[in-house]
Amino acid sequence: MSTTTTTHTPVPERSQPPLLVAGPIAWMRANLFSSVWSSLVTLALAYFLIKFTVGLIDWAFLKSVWTVPTDPATGKLNPDACRQAKGEGACWAVIWDKYRFILFGRYPFDEQWRAAIVLVLFLGLFIVSAMRRFWRPVLALIWVAVLTAIFTLMWGGVFGLRYVAQDEWGGLPITLILSTFGLACAFPIAVLVALGRRATNLPAVKLICVIYIEVIRGVPLISLLFMASVMFPLFMPVGLNPDKLLRAQIAIILFAAVYLAEVIRGGLQALPKGQYEAADALGLSYWKKMGLIILPQALRLVIPPLVNTFIGFFKDTSLVLIIGIFDLLTSGKVAVADPIWQAFSTEVYIMLGLIYFCFCFSMARYSQSLEREFSKSVRR
Amino acid sequence: MMRMTVGALFAGAFLSVASVGAQAQSGSATIDAIIKRGEVNCGTAGNSPMFSLPDSQGVMRGIDADSCRAVAAAILGDARKVKFIPTTAQNRFTALQSGEVDLLYRSTTWTLGREGNLGALFASVNFYDGTGFLVQAKLGVKSAKEMDGVSVCVAPGTSTELAVADFFRMTKMKFTPIIIADVNEIQNAYLAGRCDAYSTDASGLAGFRFQQGDKAKDHILLPDIISKEPLGAMVRKGDDKFFDIVRWTYFAQLIAEEYGVTQANIDDIAKSATVPELRRLLGLEGDMGKALGVDNKWAYNAIKGVGNFGEMWNRNITPYGVPRGINNLWNAGGLHYAPPMR
Repeated sequence: MSTTTTTHTPVPERSQPPLLVAGPIAWMRANLFSSVWSSLVTLALAYFLIKFTVGLIDWAFLKSVWTVPTDPATGKLNPDACRQAKGEGACWAVIWDKYRFILFGRYPFDEQWRAAIVLVLFLGLFIVSAMRRFWRPVLALIWVAVLTAIFTLMWGGVFGLRYVAQDEWGGLPITLILSTFGLACAFPIAVLVALGRRATNLPAVKLICVIYIEVIRGVPLISLLFMASVMFPLFMPVGLNPDKLLRAQIAIILFAAVYLAEVIRGGLQALPKGQYEAADALGLSYWKKMGLIILPQALRLVIPPLVNTFIGFFKDTSLVLIIGIFDLLTSGKVAVADPIWQAFSTEVYIMLGLIYFCFCFSMARYSQSLEREFSKSVRR
Repeated sequence: MMRMTVGALFAGAFLSVASVGAQAQSGSATIDAIIKRGEVNCGTAGNSPMFSLPDSQGVMRGIDADSCRAVAAAILGDARKVKFIPTTAQNRFTALQSGEVDLLYRSTTWTLGREGNLGALFASVNFYDGTGFLVQAKLGVKSAKEMDGVSVCVAPGTSTELAVADFFRMTKMKFTPIIIADVNEIQNAYLAGRCDAYSTDASGLAGFRFQQGDKAKDHILLPDIISKEPLGAMVRKGDDKFFDIVRWTYFAQLIAEEYGVTQANIDDIAKSATVPELRRLLGLEGDMGKALGVDNKWAYNAIKGVGNFGEMWNRNITPYGVPRGINNLWNAGGLHYAPPMR
């Protein structure tokens, strides 16, 4: 037997898997063109998507009008260029003319740099509060300091700043004040109410909490705002009128607290009974038990619904529209009430939508990162 | 217990009013409060072109805003000392009743119901308006009587809606109401041809037509006015002195227009005025201001601050292309008529 030697031709090493097995083309085959129907749907959707995108770019950028000339006869802007482009291109000139009014409302024009600083302060406050390394008692001091600065800037009357009455405030600062204060004040109230509603050994407290929750939750926010704005002043003696913004703010706090309390109660109920019993077995007092063991776990569980409520309330502040407070949405609506711009409200609403979206989307993203961070310990 | 608390509140309110009354001598709680505060709280719409709407710099413009400024000038001597409080159609009367505003210039129609039920008085009418129709020119309609079978765009819950329904019922014509809440949406719907006619206050229609530029000829403002809408100032009942000053500030602006006194020429005229009524208007003789409980220069200050009635009109209404029509002075065929100042 002779031994035959077979020579194996070496298989050439592939640097990559074949294009039809992995990579974008393969992915598209598997997910977009796996069957005739799938291919047809993909093509149809791609057609509409491209047509829409092209149309949008065309409308928003290529055929749009960015500025309009000033009419020398009247000294007012002449929107004829926008009128001619109507239906084909956006009229961003309305934003250019009105952006300061939309952002700052009727705040005195020469003093609007103060309101602009307030916006920066608010953003800084949000960013600092979001960073975990600042989650120490010093954060409370930062909040007090920044809020003092914000109200000093808005009101003025000190350090040579002109006094600006609250009725002249408006725009984005009002929206941020209402939502920040609303949620910051509502949250502690909500925790107490949620605990109170579960305090079976204190029937009176429990009853008060249940009544508070059910009454406030049973009426729409609009009717609470109406109460605060229309009914409440009638009960007060003439001339003694708490500020309109403050009245709306209190209504929002009361309302937000109820919804947050119910969310937190969900977290409290989701915790296994063993956690409560273990804390009791350690001999902890009620507040230590709640503060050290129960609430940290319960709140972690309810981050998604909490953020959901936050986002909802941020947008709900726009309901103050109906009681004549110039928040961001109201300012936008008033800006397009100007007869020159009446036909171009779409552009203004797009801008308002983008502003609201930026805030809400960053809240959503932040809550996701927070969930990941907190679930590390659980996964380990 | 409750009754005691309410009683205490009333007592407190009474005491505070009484103590204010002791300090000043105008004889009106509202005027005293204004002087003490240093500004007039004026309730306006704040979103209504021609009446009160902030411009791009946030300054309130419009005939209602200027009427507020005139009252501030008459009482405080400075047309800038006015705080514009935006009110909505729902909370405007509460704002007045509760004292949040001193007066209301909010394009509010003077009706019996409002004066009878709401504890409010109409002190002046700064705009005579009425419900009208704007129709597409291609419809070929020349009068509201020929509108049988048309579709009409109107806003819900307004007096316009009622007036239009009444008008078509009275004239036994058919129509299709197209109800849209937002004013921008109504106008877009009308321009897009969804309705043959658009109905609201005639002033608003004229302004809307004017804003269409060279397309204005495609729309016809029918001559028929189907309802009376006198718009003006409201004050609380029970403070007659303040009522007087609001009403006479308006009259003073009318008298100034009659005599051709304007913001620009008032100082020159004051130097050479010989007509007795003009001298009384300018505070050069008589004690007209004192009779009203304010400075004798009150009318001078109002005219110097915002001008006469015609100037107010030309500044705020004319740019929107609204003809003066019945809003002219009585001697030019209009309805604005001031009693003699003597």
